[in-house]
Amino acid sequence: MDVTAQHGLYHGIVSGLLADYAHCIDGDDLESWPALFTDTATYRITTAFNHAQGLPIGIIDARNRNMMEDRITALRKANIYEPQRYRHIISVVRLIDAADVASDIIQAEASFIVVRTTIDGSQDLFVSGRYLDEVDISGARPLFAKKLVVLDSDKIDTLLAIPL
Amino acid sequence: MSDTSSYKATAFWPNDGLTDVPYNLYDDEAIYLRERERLFMGPTWNVLGLECEVPNPGDYKTSFIGDVPVVLVRAKDGTLRGFENRCAHRGALLCLERFGNARAFTCVYHAWSYDHDGNLTGVAFQNGVKGEGGMPDDFRREDHGLRRLQIASLSGLVFGSFDPAVPPLADYLGPDIVGRIRRVLPKPLKVLGYYTQTMRNNWKLYFENVKDPYHASILHLFFTTFRLNRLSQKGGIIVDDSGGHHVSYSKLDEKPGGDGDYNSAELRADTDEFGLKAPALLGGRDEFDDGITLQILTVFPGLVLQQVRNSLVVRQIVPRGVDRTDVVWTNYGFADDDEELADLRLLQANFIGPAGYISMEDGAVVAMIQRALPGTKGDTSVVKMGGDGTASQESRATETSIRGFWKAYRKIMDI
Repeated sequence: MDVTAQHGLYHGIVSGLLADYAHCIDGDDLESWPALFTDTATYRITTAFNHAQGLPIGIIDARNRNMMEDRITALRKANIYEPQRYRHIISVVRLIDAADVASDIIQAEASFIVVRTTIDGSQDLFVSGRYLDEVDISGARPLFAKKLVVLDSDKIDTLLAIPL
Repeated sequence: MSDTSSYKATAFWPNDGLTDVPYNLYDDEAIYLRERERLFMGPTWNVLGLECEVPNPGDYKTSFIGDVPVVLVRAKDGTLRGFENRCAHRGALLCLERFGNARAFTCVYHAWSYDHDGNLTGVAFQNGVKGEGGMPDDFRREDHGLRRLQIASLSGLVFGSFDPAVPPLADYLGPDIVGRIRRVLPKPLKVLGYYTQTMRNNWKLYFENVKDPYHASILHLFFTTFRLNRLSQKGGIIVDDSGGHHVSYSKLDEKPGGDGDYNSAELRADTDEFGLKAPALLGGRDEFDDGITLQILTVFPGLVLQQVRNSLVVRQIVPRGVDRTDVVWTNYGFADDDEELADLRLLQANFIGPAGYISMEDGAVVAMIQRALPGTKGDTSVVKMGGDGTASQESRATETSIRGFWKAYRKIMDI
């Protein structure tokens, strides 16, 4: 396969995984969310300011899939917050370092916005940002090996319960 | 000064005590303006940041006292200075960046410029152009400096005050609070990162929430759900004489292991039916060597200094109007943290902040009070848990530190 066709394939793989990702979060199928990651995948939410300054703190900092499953268990069984839903709008995908077509990892970036709807019907643009993803294509299905969520703003309205 | 009696009437206090708090204090515009004037711009110390955020001469940080924009700067001689972030000419913001380094501060509007002390050092076209225009002969630059702040720091934590008559910081805090601040700031610091939680409620509701140990095990169910709280915990609440500052702390009853870690005791939870799949989060290091795993400290009117295990945070409360509040979270560690400890702090940050396992509820619940305010005219809340006083207590089934807040508040607000 030539490089152009390979890139087209990669775009399709990452876009499909992101579509599944948004589908399970926005559809309140949170239990399926960790299954989109490898066992050892990391998931971290940070801000553009911290990211640019090299400051390591995460708003959520999951070091493996078990930690992601724990977060969903806590949301369902322990944490108290008003019912709310997200709607992700995710941009077209940009491949990073796309020249390395021999790798099992696709590095990609996509922009997103999330609209939050709360139980009383209020809607707000909750956050915007970008995903910096590494997608592992060595297995039977593509999975995130790393997902870094970089928020454009430092400000989080009220709370951030559901993953972004 | 405004007529005091009218404020007393406005506030609907039913008595001189501290147990019946009028709800209108949370949504009255006149109260909000009075807080700015008497409380935030009055004889109080307000947190501005950390010394390590402005390490070099010319380094500055923009911040707030109440909702008033201010600048903290390290001068050429290495001392810290502060002033209101507002040009003396037409009142524009002088500094826009959160952090920066400047030899002088020059307003973008008409290029009036100031030195690190806030002295006006340059006025564009002061003498006019070709003999025409310019400032009058009696214009003196020394009459138009920036409004200066009093600055004091303790263990690298920097405070500012608009009031030259503010008491010395150590006197303001008292010995118990000073000791507890030093406890979590014992050596050079390192910032690990920032975020801001915006809240849809009056600033006092958040400050009261932080001072309220009564709700902790009721609202925040993370530890209960995962059966992590069966270890009996010892602790207490210290309220200073003014009432405005407090410390709430707890420690594990026994100090397990000989290596200063408390993993072994708590990891038992992992075998429970509802255990966490990744209990590494629950580990920790007894880094201050006293067994205290939780210390929440407040300084009146806007600082929260937090230790949750090894997660250390300075939280600054910034009012943004009568029903909006920003809480600025500055996560920190120490310059000499080893790799494992540095990583523990990041891992345990999952407990705190807007997405924190044991804190996310706070943002929502105080906004729920704000939303229920419309029907409260003339009504008061009930703050009677643990009596009607403001003494330090060992039990955490108490609202003593909330009453302490209102004691300090009523005094300085004169209502």
